[in-house]
Amino acid sequence: MQVETFSTLQEASGAVHDRAQFLAGGTILMRAVTYGDQSFDTIVRAQQVDRSIGSDAGGLRIGAGATMADVLASRDVDFLHPVARAIGGPQVRNMGTVGGNIFARNPYGDFAVALLALDAQAVMADGRTMPLGDLLATRERPGGLVQAVTIARPESGTFRFRKVSRVKPKGVSVMSIAAHLKRGDPRVVFGNMAPTPTRSVGAERALANGTDAGAIAAACSACLEGLAPADDPLATEWYRREVAPVHLKRLLEEGARY
Amino acid sequence: MAKTPVTFTLNDMETALFVDPGANLNDVLRRGAGDLTTKNGCGQGTCGACTVLIDGVPHLSCLTLAESTEGRRIDTTGGLAGGPELHPLQTAFMEGFAAQCGFCTAGMLMAAKALLDKTPNPTREDVVEAISGNLCRCTGYEPIIDAILTAAARMQGRAV
Repeated sequence: MQVETFSTLQEASGAVHDRAQFLAGGTILMRAVTYGDQSFDTIVRAQQVDRSIGSDAGGLRIGAGATMADVLASRDVDFLHPVARAIGGPQVRNMGTVGGNIFARNPYGDFAVALLALDAQAVMADGRTMPLGDLLATRERPGGLVQAVTIARPESGTFRFRKVSRVKPKGVSVMSIAAHLKRGDPRVVFGNMAPTPTRSVGAERALANGTDAGAIAAACSACLEGLAPADDPLATEWYRREVAPVHLKRLLEEGARY
Repeated sequence: MAKTPVTFTLNDMETALFVDPGANLNDVLRRGAGDLTTKNGCGQGTCGACTVLIDGVPHLSCLTLAESTEGRRIDTTGGLAGGPELHPLQTAFMEGFAAQCGFCTAGMLMAAKALLDKTPNPTREDVVEAISGNLCRCTGYEPIIDAILTAAARMQGRAV
């Protein structure tokens, strides 16, 4: 293993290659290092990280280096507090970052589920901007490092998040669900129900005209459309398919619970 | 494999070490600095036994790249007692039987210290939240929670 340290994210971007991993909070990467992961041999890190969270005319901007604890300390993103609180224990929340969560493979990555439901844009270190969904689709071979994400503040009461885990309070997700119930253009995203956080096209179609009882029933019966759950040690594919509509129904009927 | 120099303040002591590339802080504290008060538990961020304070904030030392702590302040259980005088948390843990096998204790103490530094009068819920990243398989947690509340009260000069 070797470690390459750069001053800025822009400089570090040039050093990331097939056998190199960028170090964010370390909660996932350092475990791989310690346990002898042979898929990479270089750690790339930047000394200056963007941990700022703030709002401007274009919406809200969260630096990729912001930790879950930073999110919890910011009133600008209070609607994301239930999401950040659902991740890890206090120490992990002090370390794990928003940027790192985008690249966290199953069963992690609950924050990315919420960001995708909020139609986040990823701001790359080279200044390019791309929809988070595009970045997630190519996250195993990303074309650069993430500097920040931007989102629009959801209207009050329209954003919902639910994490389903067997061990409370810090068990990993069997699945997580985030919904942004914008009229006409709703987003419903599942985590751990496909290789990356994935939109449920069936549920979104059913909820396009509102969230009355009929729409909720239709959304639940169609929610697996677009998803591809797998067997893993936390749950079988069969179990995930069985319980996904149940948890979506609770999310839609009961509001924000986590 | 070239080693990298790292300097940090460990329990008020300026400490300079050469670390292997990719070494985690837990290994460096235990094997490099010889501070065995920080435990190596699961090594993957589940158990919290390796909790140390970096600039006052609880971190998992097993998941911290050692060289990323350059110039920072690290506090471990080894720095809690002032000479022969135990820290009030240590006294309360001892008197309240908050340690059985003792493996989680070092991490519990550091999580508790970070809480009391920030919140001198914590509620029971604050304490539960603060140690929610630390596993204990012996005590059932109640004696630990009670000990932290006892220590907080004593440090505030309140009778318990």
